[in-house]
Amino acid sequence: MSEHKAPLVVDNPWTALRRYTDARIALGRAGVSLPTAAQLAFQLDHARARDAVHLPLDRAALLPRLQGCGLDLIELHSAAADRHVYLQRPDLGRRLDAASRARLDALAAPGCELAFVIADGLSARAVNEHAAAMLAAILPRLDGWRLGPLTLVEQGRVAIGDEIGAGLRADIVVVLIGERPGLSSPDSLGLYLTHAPRPGRSDAERNCISNVRPAGQSFAAAAHRLHHLLAESRRRGLSGVALKDDTELTTLASDCQGSFLLGVQGSDAG
Amino acid sequence: MAYTQTLGSTRYRFADLKTLLAKATPLRSGDCLAGIAAATAEERVAAQLALAELPLQTFLDEAVIPYEDDEVTRLIIDGHDAAAFVPVAHLTVGDFRNWLLGPQADERTLAALAAGLTPEMVAAVSKLMRVQDLIAVARKCRVITRFRDTIGLRGRLSTRLQPNHPTDDATGIAASILDGLLYGNGDAVIGINPATDNLAQVSELLVMLDAVIREYAIPTQSCVLTHVTTTIEAMARGVPVDLVFQSIAGTEAANASFGVSLALLDEAHQAALALGRGSIGDNVMYFETGQGSALSANAHHGVDQQTCEARAYAVARRFRPLLVNTVVGFIGPEYLYDGKQIIRAGLEDHFCGKLLGVPMGCDVCYTNHAEADQDDMDTLLTLFGVAGCSYIMGIPGADDIMLNYQTTSFHDALYLRQTQGLRPAPEFEDWLLANGILDAELRPADTLPPRFAPALARLN
Repeated sequence: MSEHKAPLVVDNPWTALRRYTDARIALGRAGVSLPTAAQLAFQLDHARARDAVHLPLDRAALLPRLQGCGLDLIELHSAAADRHVYLQRPDLGRRLDAASRARLDALAAPGCELAFVIADGLSARAVNEHAAAMLAAILPRLDGWRLGPLTLVEQGRVAIGDEIGAGLRADIVVVLIGERPGLSSPDSLGLYLTHAPRPGRSDAERNCISNVRPAGQSFAAAAHRLHHLLAESRRRGLSGVALKDDTELTTLASDCQGSFLLGVQGSDAG
Repeated sequence: MAYTQTLGSTRYRFADLKTLLAKATPLRSGDCLAGIAAATAEERVAAQLALAELPLQTFLDEAVIPYEDDEVTRLIIDGHDAAAFVPVAHLTVGDFRNWLLGPQADERTLAALAAGLTPEMVAAVSKLMRVQDLIAVARKCRVITRFRDTIGLRGRLSTRLQPNHPTDDATGIAASILDGLLYGNGDAVIGINPATDNLAQVSELLVMLDAVIREYAIPTQSCVLTHVTTTIEAMARGVPVDLVFQSIAGTEAANASFGVSLALLDEAHQAALALGRGSIGDNVMYFETGQGSALSANAHHGVDQQTCEARAYAVARRFRPLLVNTVVGFIGPEYLYDGKQIIRAGLEDHFCGKLLGVPMGCDVCYTNHAEADQDDMDTLLTLFGVAGCSYIMGIPGADDIMLNYQTTSFHDALYLRQTQGLRPAPEFEDWLLANGILDAELRPADTLPPRFAPALARLN
């Protein structure tokens, strides 16, 4: 009797296709719904992405590692008081609060060629885990650069680097920031380069290196590209759409398997 | 002119029509961000009371964005059909709500009325409606479009198969396409968001989609969702283009920020029509929209985000599209904060689109920084089944690994069809049955349909 029972979960006979994409294909079904295992795998990934958004900066762990980079460290806060405000008021995340503004002004910064800004953005987890490693990858390549102090900003968005960069009188600012977490990438760091930073710069005036994380773009590869962009930005005195990242390889739909859905150029069509 | 409403000892004043509409809008974060939302809950209802007394004719006499400044306003005013407007021309916004809910507003009457309505009229009445009103009225509307199959028939629910891949890898995309087809998805379109706007790469994807559709004789259409200028270039080079895609918004300035104008869309529309690739119809455009796009482009003119969104449907309907969908939760919590705001916005957009005669679907979706989860998506999805939504998205396991957001899965479409007795587009359903993908009860087969065995064998 038991051998006639239908299985609780219907597996898909095309599970072999999973090796060609990270998409959640061939999940099988219970009735027409997700099997329990696939359902809980999704919930776990969503929980991690949600936690990444709401996790605070781990300053106790982060500060000693950043101080180890050999740069002066300044701690600042955006005008967004907390995460709740931050999520609804992007404008406040783009500028400093009054106390931070005063701290920056009090420095009377002598100016520098390059300043790094670290901001939590939408994933403090990315900063907690990867900011120090990213700095360690790029700093050795910056021999001969006059570097300004390192700033760590809470509740910051990319454009807050404009106000900080202007306050430090930096020629170029690079913001290391936690990116919007994807379901399978809760820890992506983004790097944004802006030449002659000042409030009011548009996104078209920046260059971005995205998806920096161990399972994405490596720290070494990101450092290679960032160094190239920095050198070109300094040489040409600009950043943004006019500054092409020509280290970038064009990705083409050229996998050797091609589309296995198709026969030999239509020979078995019809 | 100014509008006023007195409640007890408080006299509320609304400086102009757009202010009245903004203050009457149910709470959402984007209007707060723009600084145009009602300051208190009572002010919101005061605005709704004043709005209810407003004759519909007002919207033909007072533009929320000046006629001289905005080509979308000119399209709305110049394209208004006064004869079609007659049945409701004498009504206030409040009585328009009553009229829409009544038996006189049936499918045929509403279809005839569409050309007589402006986006601002339907946005206004939606602000006086609860969720069940938005559903009850939208359910009466049918907007039917055709290319290689028929979208929008009563009792049918279609899906866009969205096989995105972060590097446009052909095998990875094909794997998701096969998964989706075998789960009965893809009758609205097989539509890829490409990783870049690179013409060569886009063309390669279009050629592959065209070959797959022909090889398996699938009654559906393909689309690569790239910028309209890239698609125009592809068509000029003889690349097989079924549908022209473009994101659009409800103001001229917001469209300019997308790099489009009505003239450019018209050029693309004419080029796609000239290809004559549809077998049973010539609806060749595919548009996406979403509340907050005008604000995020700083191009909202002080108009609330839901009214701006409805104006985008005036742009859409000029081009007789096959498909239009709001991408309701994609833009983020600064525009729609949580599941509650996303759910209401999705139903508003569907209601407004259908009343205006647009073949409205929805990307039922959220990002990980929004206060929303799968339960919210299930709720909106289920409500859309009741409301008669034309199509939803279908993606493997609800996870878009290219765009980093969550939308509805292939499984979700099967759930909705099964619980509400909905069926795929008729031509596509015939194909699913003929190929043994679904059985007569529309359940997926337990074994691999033989037609697809050679494809899998090629990988071994």
